[in-house]
Amino acid sequence: MMPDLINALLVVVLALNLFALGNSRIQSVVHIVAVQGALLGVIMLLMHEHLTLPVVLSAIAAVGIKGIVIPVIMIRSLRAADIKREVEPFIGFLPSILLGAIVTAVALLFAPGLSSSGPSSPVGNAVYLVIPASIATVLVGFIILVSRYKAISQVLGYLVLENGIYIFGMLLIEAIPLVVEMGMLLDLFVAIFVISIITNHINQAFSSMDTRRLASLKE
Amino acid sequence: MSFYLIAWAIVLSAASGLPLLFLKRRGRAARAGQLAGTGILVIACVAGFVGAASALFEPASVSYILPWPSVGDGLLGLDPLSAFFLVLIFFVAPLSSVYSLGYAQAGRNPRTSRRMQLFFGLLVAGMSLLVIARHALVFLLGWETMALSAYFLIASEDEKLENRRAGFVYLVATHCGTLALFGMFALWRMATGSFELSPVSSMEGGALCGIVLLSLFGFGVKAGLMPLHFWLPGAHAAAPSHVSALLSGVMLKMGVYGIIRMLGLLPVLPVFWGVLVLALGIVSGILGVAYALAQHDLKRLLAYHSVENIGIILMGLGTALLGRAWGRSDIVALAMGGCLLHIWNHGLFKSLLFFGAGSVLRATGTRQIDKLGGLIKSMPWTAAFFALGAVAICGLPPLNGFISELLIYLGIFGGLSQSGTLAALTSLAAPCLAMIGALAVACFVKATSATFLGSARAPEAGRGREASASMLLPMGVLAAACAAIGFAPGLVASALDAAVGSWNGKHALALPGIATLAPLNYIGYAGIALVSAAALISLAIALRRPRRRRELGQSGICRSGPTWDCGYAAPTGRMQYTASSFARGLVGMFSWALKPSPEPTKLHGAYPAPVVLETEVVDGVLGRVIGPCARVLGALSRRARRFQQGLTQQYVLYILLALVVLLLTLIPAGGLSGLAAAK
Amino acid sequence: MLIIHLVILLALPPLLLGVIGKTKAVFAGRRGPPLLQAYRDIAKLLRKALVISETTSWIFQAAPAVTLVAVFLAGLLVPFGPSPAPLAFSGDMILFAYLFGLSRFFTTAAALDTGSAFEGMGSAREATFACLTEPALFLVFIALAKETGSLSLTKMLRSGSLLFDAAAAPPLVLVCIGLFIVLLSENSRIPVDDPCTHLELTMIHEAMILDHSGPLLGLIEYSASMKLLVLESVLVTLALPFGSGVAAIDSCIFVAETLVLAMAIGVVESVMARLRMRRVPYLLTGALLLCGSGFILIVR
Repeated sequence: MMPDLINALLVVVLALNLFALGNSRIQSVVHIVAVQGALLGVIMLLMHEHLTLPVVLSAIAAVGIKGIVIPVIMIRSLRAADIKREVEPFIGFLPSILLGAIVTAVALLFAPGLSSSGPSSPVGNAVYLVIPASIATVLVGFIILVSRYKAISQVLGYLVLENGIYIFGMLLIEAIPLVVEMGMLLDLFVAIFVISIITNHINQAFSSMDTRRLASLKE
Repeated sequence: MSFYLIAWAIVLSAASGLPLLFLKRRGRAARAGQLAGTGILVIACVAGFVGAASALFEPASVSYILPWPSVGDGLLGLDPLSAFFLVLIFFVAPLSSVYSLGYAQAGRNPRTSRRMQLFFGLLVAGMSLLVIARHALVFLLGWETMALSAYFLIASEDEKLENRRAGFVYLVATHCGTLALFGMFALWRMATGSFELSPVSSMEGGALCGIVLLSLFGFGVKAGLMPLHFWLPGAHAAAPSHVSALLSGVMLKMGVYGIIRMLGLLPVLPVFWGVLVLALGIVSGILGVAYALAQHDLKRLLAYHSVENIGIILMGLGTALLGRAWGRSDIVALAMGGCLLHIWNHGLFKSLLFFGAGSVLRATGTRQIDKLGGLIKSMPWTAAFFALGAVAICGLPPLNGFISELLIYLGIFGGLSQSGTLAALTSLAAPCLAMIGALAVACFVKATSATFLGSARAPEAGRGREASASMLLPMGVLAAACAAIGFAPGLVASALDAAVGSWNGKHALALPGIATLAPLNYIGYAGIALVSAAALISLAIALRRPRRRRELGQSGICRSGPTWDCGYAAPTGRMQYTASSFARGLVGMFSWALKPSPEPTKLHGAYPAPVVLETEVVDGVLGRVIGPCARVLGALSRRARRFQQGLTQQYVLYILLALVVLLLTLIPAGGLSGLAAAK
Repeated sequence: MLIIHLVILLALPPLLLGVIGKTKAVFAGRRGPPLLQAYRDIAKLLRKALVISETTSWIFQAAPAVTLVAVFLAGLLVPFGPSPAPLAFSGDMILFAYLFGLSRFFTTAAALDTGSAFEGMGSAREATFACLTEPALFLVFIALAKETGSLSLTKMLRSGSLLFDAAAAPPLVLVCIGLFIVLLSENSRIPVDDPCTHLELTMIHEAMILDHSGPLLGLIEYSASMKLLVLESVLVTLALPFGSGVAAIDSCIFVAETLVLAMAIGVVESVMARLRMRRVPYLLTGALLLCGSGFILIVR
């Protein structure tokens, strides 16, 4: 039952990816990514067979930081910069969703081939959606990073990317010690903190968050 | 004992720049600091000179271990060949430093004096270290110290664009050379199994070929062989004159030392290599002096002349290699002796000439020969020393240049008594050397006369004033040394024998002494006789007194007046032949190599407007080969700039594409079967 | 014998100038100056007053003396006829050639010292043509050295029987022709230079000595004639090696031979015109190639 539940939750994660691609209101995208991160924390809790105190604590930390703290920081900087909507991205919102769907489909199709040449664990064999979900999430994160113009959106793409890598980490669940997980979380937290400050500065310097303006710094 | 003197000399000269570093930049403190630094350097070099001179006559070579754990203990050694080069370094360096006391006074040049003093000491230390190194990595340590210190010295007056450019070209060239040296030492390690530089008796053909070619390239860049000389003219013109003297007189010889040392360590090379080195020497000699003839800048002219003299040195070396291949000990002794003596001689007279050029530059503010003239009246001593250096560098009797060229000639002529057509054809190098000599005479008559003789061609020449004592003293010492070797060449014969013997090593050829092969004493006496007779006759004419007062009705036996010049009433300085006009015929003869810029010959109309004529000869290798290649590379690189727009998304896109490609490569055939199974 | 050699070296040269002048006069249908006129001219010049240009320096006054001493030393290295030279050692031919180089350095520097355009022009031309005659001279030397196996002028030149030896003759004939052209060039004779002109287009040697006067000019004229004798003796000893074994008679034969060669120079000067200045390098390159071909023939 556990593996089925986890598979279902991973399907929800994949769906959240597509929602994040298609949404033009930045605040909703922040919420979507926050939900995705919290969901992943819950999944991690479900993956462990034995629930020891460190595991519970790390799950709570993951849910807390990814689900609450980071969104709060980002919404604060959004309000300071007074942005509501993303401009029409390079690919366009609808084509982005299509691209995301194609990427997810390709990942689902080719995953068995990839898993046969990679590490196998009893968990991974049962929760067969882990590998495709992680590849799809990583690629969707890249797509968001590459195609959006505003700095905040790029940060959101980075967060999705991190989520994708986190999913892949579930494969190695026995191998990842607690310290590494904590380190990843800390990493994430610091990165977001710094990026928020920087986006503020970009806004002050260029009076806009459009990263195309940064190209004028070249040479 | 001598080794410790030399080791202390190296350490002290490296530290000689420190006093000025910690004192103030202006005023009397700076003067004192410079004086202290120069004093330390002079003491160090005198000690080193004594050590090297005594090591020159010790028959055996000694080696010492330099503790250096990471490379497995470096090895230092002192044999007569190393001592030969050390004598040159420790003779010229203190003179150059004393010259700088007058030329680049610390109080007047606050920006550059500290680094000049510091890097000068490091340069001397680096050169001495590489000469006594017997381990490849110790050698490279000394080599790089020398090369980088030279860069900082060359680019010390970097407020001018041309100096910065010259320094950059030098840096690129010396790094290419060092790269070749790394390759060569790697080959050496592969072939002999260790990094130690000791003679080998046999080596397989491929490695031998590679080592010789790489050392010719790597050391040739530093020595200034054509076509690797392209950094020389700019660098020697841009550097301050006392530095130019050291670079041209000594640093180039370090490249030659490298070639000589490596070729001495290898087994006897076949005849082909001797012919190659000889041919390289001839090409450098002739083209070097042809380029020198076309220069307007006094220091660039002297720099190109160094290329020519390196060519002559390599001709001697090539002939010695031929002698070794033929088993002719007399050719080896004569040609190698001439090569080594020319190394000393060139160090002496080239430094002398650069000091003279520095005095001229300091007094008038310009290096352009066509603006000078008549300076002999305001700078008589500088002019006299410069003229002596000019006579010496042309290889004319009775001075030292003739002795070394004589030895090289005798070595080349030794090939005539060897059977075989190739051996006889190699003696065609003698007319080439004669042509080089005649061209050198033309070039230095042009340089000396246009600068010092005649009358001033432009107002700058009117500002000449005699150099200070600290600038004249080194010139005098060098001039005396040139004359001494010229009048008494027997003095250096034993030193040459020792050095050549140690180079030849254990190749079982007992070398006859040079004094038995060459008529050095005759030449010396002839020189003394020549100078004394000429002086006597001139004085006799100058000091004539009239026998009868009424002789031909004039008031005195010697009158002065303006130049008669076939009766022109009002000659001016601008009507004189300029240096460019003097050299025009020869530049035309060599136009196939020099490619001078075309002269406009058309004047339009019956009353033509004033026309300006400007001739320029660009360095062939730099301007026509390396320049265009660099421009092509630049154009290609600019096109690659399209991949760098400054947008972060673009860079992330590149990462994404790379990731996708990697993922795709991970899909094996099994993945496709998995795809079929999933269906 | 040293005395005879010195006497010939010091006393003969101006007579050569007289012979050349007389030959040219005969060709021109004139009586011409007396044979011994050159002696009188030089003696007169040595007595005269000196006018020195203010632009010049000590180099101007030293150059004639250096030239004279250098040419005299070169004269001591060359054998006059079958008797050996007073100074002979292996490699003396190099000293021989470079002594002329020394005299050329000082003469051209002294010319430029006057600060006039004429002298500069003469020195430029002299320096340019020397770059072609020096290699030619050295090619002659290595050809002779290969042929005779000796590096001393005395031995190289005195094996003159080679010229009449059928096998060795052809290369030596080429060498002699080349040497004759070098002789004409170094001594400023037609077709390279005109010693009797004062036109700017035609001067090389004459241009360089325009401002010398009095004893300096006398020294220059004397050393020019001595240079003619020394270079003639190289050619004469090589090409016409007639000897009898007795020193006095040999010297007379040698003197006669030099006078004959001087007459030949006079004939050449009378029948040819001076070459255009731009053509002279071609002539000298031709001499270079002749000597080179001679050498290659010997080597083959």
